[in-house]
Order: sequence, then structure tokens, then C-alpha cells
Amino acid sequence: MSVWLDFNSKVIVQGMTGSEGHKHTQRMVDAGTWVVAGVTPGKGGQSIKFEEDPVPVFNTVAEAKAATGANTSVIFVPAPHTKAAVFEAIDAGLDLVVVITEGVAVADTAEFVAHARRTGRTRVIGPNCPGLISPGKSNVGIIPPNIAGPGPIGLISKSGTLTYQMMFELRDLGFSSAVGIGGDPVNGTSHIDVLAAFEADPETRAIVLIGEIGGDAEERAAAYIAEHVTKPVVAYVAGFTAPVGRTMGHAGAIVTGSAGTAAAKKAAFEAVGVRVGRTPSETANLVRQVVAELG
Amino acid sequence: MDLFEYQARDLFEVGGVPVLPGRVASTPEQAVAAASQIGTPVVVVKAQVKTGGRGKAGGVKLARSPQEAGERAAEILGLDIRGHRVEQVMVAAGADIAEEYYFSLLLDRSTGGYLAMCSREGGVDIETLAVERPEALVRTPIDPLVGLDAAAAAQIVSAAGFDAADQQAIADVLVKLGRVYVDNDATLVEVNPLVKTGAGAIIALDGKITLDDNADFRHPEWRHYADSAGSDPLELRAKEKGLNYVKLDGTVGVIGNGAGLVMSTLDVVAAAGDALPGKPRPANFLDIGGGASASVMADGLEIILADPQVRVVLVNVFGGITACSEVAKGIRDALAMLGDKASKPIVVRLDGNAVEIGRHMLIEAALPLVELADTMDEAARRAAELAAD
Repeated sequence: MSVWLDFNSKVIVQGMTGSEGHKHTQRMVDAGTWVVAGVTPGKGGQSIKFEEDPVPVFNTVAEAKAATGANTSVIFVPAPHTKAAVFEAIDAGLDLVVVITEGVAVADTAEFVAHARRTGRTRVIGPNCPGLISPGKSNVGIIPPNIAGPGPIGLISKSGTLTYQMMFELRDLGFSSAVGIGGDPVNGTSHIDVLAAFEADPETRAIVLIGEIGGDAEERAAAYIAEHVTKPVVAYVAGFTAPVGRTMGHAGAIVTGSAGTAAAKKAAFEAVGVRVGRTPSETANLVRQVVAELG
Repeated sequence: MDLFEYQARDLFEVGGVPVLPGRVASTPEQAVAAASQIGTPVVVVKAQVKTGGRGKAGGVKLARSPQEAGERAAEILGLDIRGHRVEQVMVAAGADIAEEYYFSLLLDRSTGGYLAMCSREGGVDIETLAVERPEALVRTPIDPLVGLDAAAAAQIVSAAGFDAADQQAIADVLVKLGRVYVDNDATLVEVNPLVKTGAGAIIALDGKITLDDNADFRHPEWRHYADSAGSDPLELRAKEKGLNYVKLDGTVGVIGNGAGLVMSTLDVVAAAGDALPGKPRPANFLDIGGGASASVMADGLEIILADPQVRVVLVNVFGGITACSEVAKGIRDALAMLGDKASKPIVVRLDGNAVEIGRHMLIEAALPLVELADTMDEAARRAAELAAD
């Protein structure tokens, strides 16, 4: 088991014919991901060779799904077209849609997240995320496949490179899945969604959660852990020395009930018994400790 | 990006939200002319700063003649309000205020939707109201797929307890503010106060709008909002180069890839510096982004080396898309270009994509200023040591 992604995931790449999409499709194929189709409007009928087998390109997600039985899509289309691409994937009834694109207007994200919730079938991860990897099984997005192998740790992160850093620190243990939820103000999948999935996943024995300043997602994750998570969780929060007040709105602070500082997030985790590392390497040591305590 | 009040006022006017006549002025003479053109017996001269608390700081004053408006403008221009120097004032028609309300519509990160907040008790500090009398602030979730429509507005004005006779007029204004929010890709539209005049008209007397920077691709008109006043010169240069740079007050220059890793690097540097004489701290945040080329790396290094406060530079890269070989090439190129002008040590930690090639390139180049470190912790410690007193 792993989270949302395994050997059976059949993956469509939306934007596969673009330079970013093409480059990362090659990397995913090399990593063993089962890429069954690309979608680029107006380029249907072509096929692109990544290994021996050519990958067919379709005009629409619905056509690609009908022809290949795909259940997952990864989106590399440019930000102005991302909303339409995500709506299309949701309307085609895919189970998982991973939005890598950075710089998506937050209103567009709010709309496709609301649409996914309304239809109730599709899990959206991202935008502005590195995707997710279940090492040794499948890799959807841009996480380098060779940092760490399979193992007992589940990783949740807002940040791409911090995900890589933490996987690197814990390459001795390995990962069931690592999920990058993205750093935008609105995400399709929250820390809490991933916590719930790791709690239910028998292969995951301990969870490492990486947060950063802004919003109150970490505070809410801490409250969720206290109520619903029995597996050990170790947290890391980035941004203690980052200047505050450059992105936070005045009225936004009322809603969240918190200034979104790293210190507030660390305190929220510690209040519910979650150990918080001061640096990535210290966090990794705490994870090793909790895994050792599991015996 | 936050807008000035006068810019918010103009967007309200375009969206059909009732506002009073107002004109922006950057000199006392312009303020006199603005007051004459507005022509009401009383005008208000308001400091245009992107921060709150301007009333208490003496940034809002009444004037009963154009001459007086000029005098008030002279007093207000140049004031420092919470670190913001007043460069412009808005001269606005005086209002006959009967009641003051509060309204805002904003992005609610916790739900991923929008949230409308409304109170009959406006004109006050809304954060204080939210804490002391939360029941007086009505919060209504707004579905992003629907927006703030007539039904939502009717629900808000009813829940906020406005007099029945005023509800329709207020609801109409809220719908228009909802359209301003959507049409301008805002993440915040706030009106405090929204007033009822003696004659019973509903008017937005003050306005705050925050725009979503990610939506600039569909708003060419935002170019006019570019506001470089008060920005650090190095930040401006970084922006021209398309780099994500924030100036801080320490002495260890930091370059990395990815916002999370760079933030983390700042923390690790600060932690390492705590134990050292002079407690060295990070001098900046600089994210070269994903898949950066050698020239992007060189631009970043050049900007950091131009900061006179910087004593040492720390490069911390975990290559995902970014190839460590490009980072190494960027360091080499920047140093070759700067020649004798580069005199500060550079501690480099590379891992991930093409790390062997990158490290090898730096070793081969035998650059006297460059020192390689094996881990992020070691690199941060070494950089902090080199910056210590």
C-alpha cells in the first residue's frame, strides 16, 4: 500500500507536448510511471516516443481516458490554461489530478477546488506542487525518483525542495509515499487530507509533516492529529527568520486567528505532543527516534 | 499587491459602487486645486499609505476651504506612518455620516473559498471588534463558483441585522463589491466604513483592495500600480532580473532553490549563528527557482555580492529540476565576470540532480573564494563562522 498512487496508476500527462511536459514525462517514464497518454488540444493523433513504446496524444482527457482506462492526470499546462485543464480532468471522472503548474490565479484554483468537491470524485493535488511519489511504484510530478527508496515514512510538504531535502535526510529509512501539496494559499489537498490517508495506510508507520509560514493549515493539522492520528508524527516548520507581513492581508489575520508565524505553528504542534525539529537534519533524527521506539 | 485607497476608490467607481468625489495630490498646490474642483464646503485630506492606523497618526484631516486643504496636505505629506512615508494624499468630499458599517470579502485560506464579513458596527478597528464582540461580525462563506450574488447579499444584510428599510440598498452595494472582487482578481476587498448618509444613501467611504499577483497575466492594466517607492534598491534590481529576493538585515548572503528550502536555510544559518560572536544572521532571501540556468545563478550571486552588508555567501541547492552543474557553472561565470570585485567567501552545498558534475566543476576550477560543504548543516555553520566577528 501507499497513498493514492501505486503500480496500477495509469497516468495521463496534460501538456505533454510542451517543453516542461515533455521533459518531465521522460523523467516519469524513466522512473517506471505507467504513462498511458498525453493530452494537448489540437494535437490529437500524434504519438511521442519516450522508451520503446510510443505514448499517444489525444485532444481531450475524456478521449484519453476512454482509450486507455487512465485514472490519474498530471498537469503541466501554463497557468492561464490551468483552470480549463483541471475542469476537464474532473469532468472526465479521473480519480487523481496533480497540478504542477506554478503561478495559477488563486480565483482559478478556488474554482477548480470547489468544482472537485462538488463532483465528489476527484482528488486534486496542488497547484504549485512537486506532485507525489510512492518510491518503487509510481511517480507523478517532478520529485526526483532516486533520492530515497520505499520504506515506512509518509511525508507531507508544502515545499518541493524541502521535500527533496527531507527525503534525502531520511534515505536510510525510505518512504511509503511523499506528497507535495503545494505552497499556494488554496490547495486541492490539505495537510489534513494527507494525514488521514497515511493514518489509514498500513505501510506507513510514521509521518513527517513539513510546514511553512502563512495561513493556519499547520494549526489545523495539529488539532486533527490530536483527535485522529495514532501514528507518530514529527513536524518541521520553515520560516522562523522570514520577514512577516509581506503577504499577509489585514482582514485575513482575523479569519485565521493566527499571525501565521513559524513560532505559532511550532507551538501548536508541540501542544499536541508532536515533536518539532529545528532543522531538517534534526527533524530526521527525531523521525529515526520515533521509528526506533516503534520497535 | 495592496492598492492605495484612491486606487481602490477608482475601482469601486468603475464597478458602480457609490463613492464620493476624490482626487489624489502629491503637493499642497495640487491639494488646493483638487479641493476647488470637488467644491464641497468640507473636504477630507487623507494620507495614502498601505498600512492602517493613519487616523491616529495624524494622517486624516478636515478642511473647510481649498486653502485649508493645501495647509492640511502640507502637514500630512512627508509624515512617517508606521514606517511608510506619505508621498500622496487623497482629497475627498466631506460626508454627512449617519451610520458606519463594515464589510469585507476575502480569500479564506482555511476553506479554499471566499468569506464575506459584515457588521453594523463599522469605522472601528475590526480586529478588536472580532475579538471583543464576535457576534457583531457576521461571517458568510461565499462559493467561488457562484460569487456574492443577490441571494448571498440578502442573507448577509439580514444576518447583520440592518434595518429592513436599508437592507435592499446595502445588499445592492455588496453585490457590486462582490463583482469588483471577481473582476479585479482581488484576494481582499474591504470597506471600513461603509456609511449611510443623513439622506439615506449607502457609500463606500474608505477602501482597501489586495490583488492576486498570480493573476497579472490577465490584467495588463496593473502595470500602472507598480509601486517602487520605499523598495530596497537591491530588491528592485532582483525584480528586474526576475529573481525572488527579499533583503534582510544580517551578513550571510543566502542563495537557494525553492522557497521552502531557502526559508529553511535562513533558519539554519540563524541557528548556527546564535552560538557565535556577533550572532551572524541571514542577509537576504533569494530563490533562484526551479530549473535555474547558469545565468540565473550568476545574476543571483551578483546581486548578493553587491550588498555591502554581506560578509559571506551561502549557496544551498538541492537539485530537483535544477542541475547542480548549472549552479556550478553560474558560480564560475559570475566570479570570472566580477574579477577583482568579488572578494567575499562563498560556501557551496550541492546535492541532487547532477551533483557529481557540479562538485567536480567547482573543484576543477580551483576558485580561491569557493569552499565546498558536504551537508546543509555544515555549510550553514561554516558560513556563519566566516561572518562572525
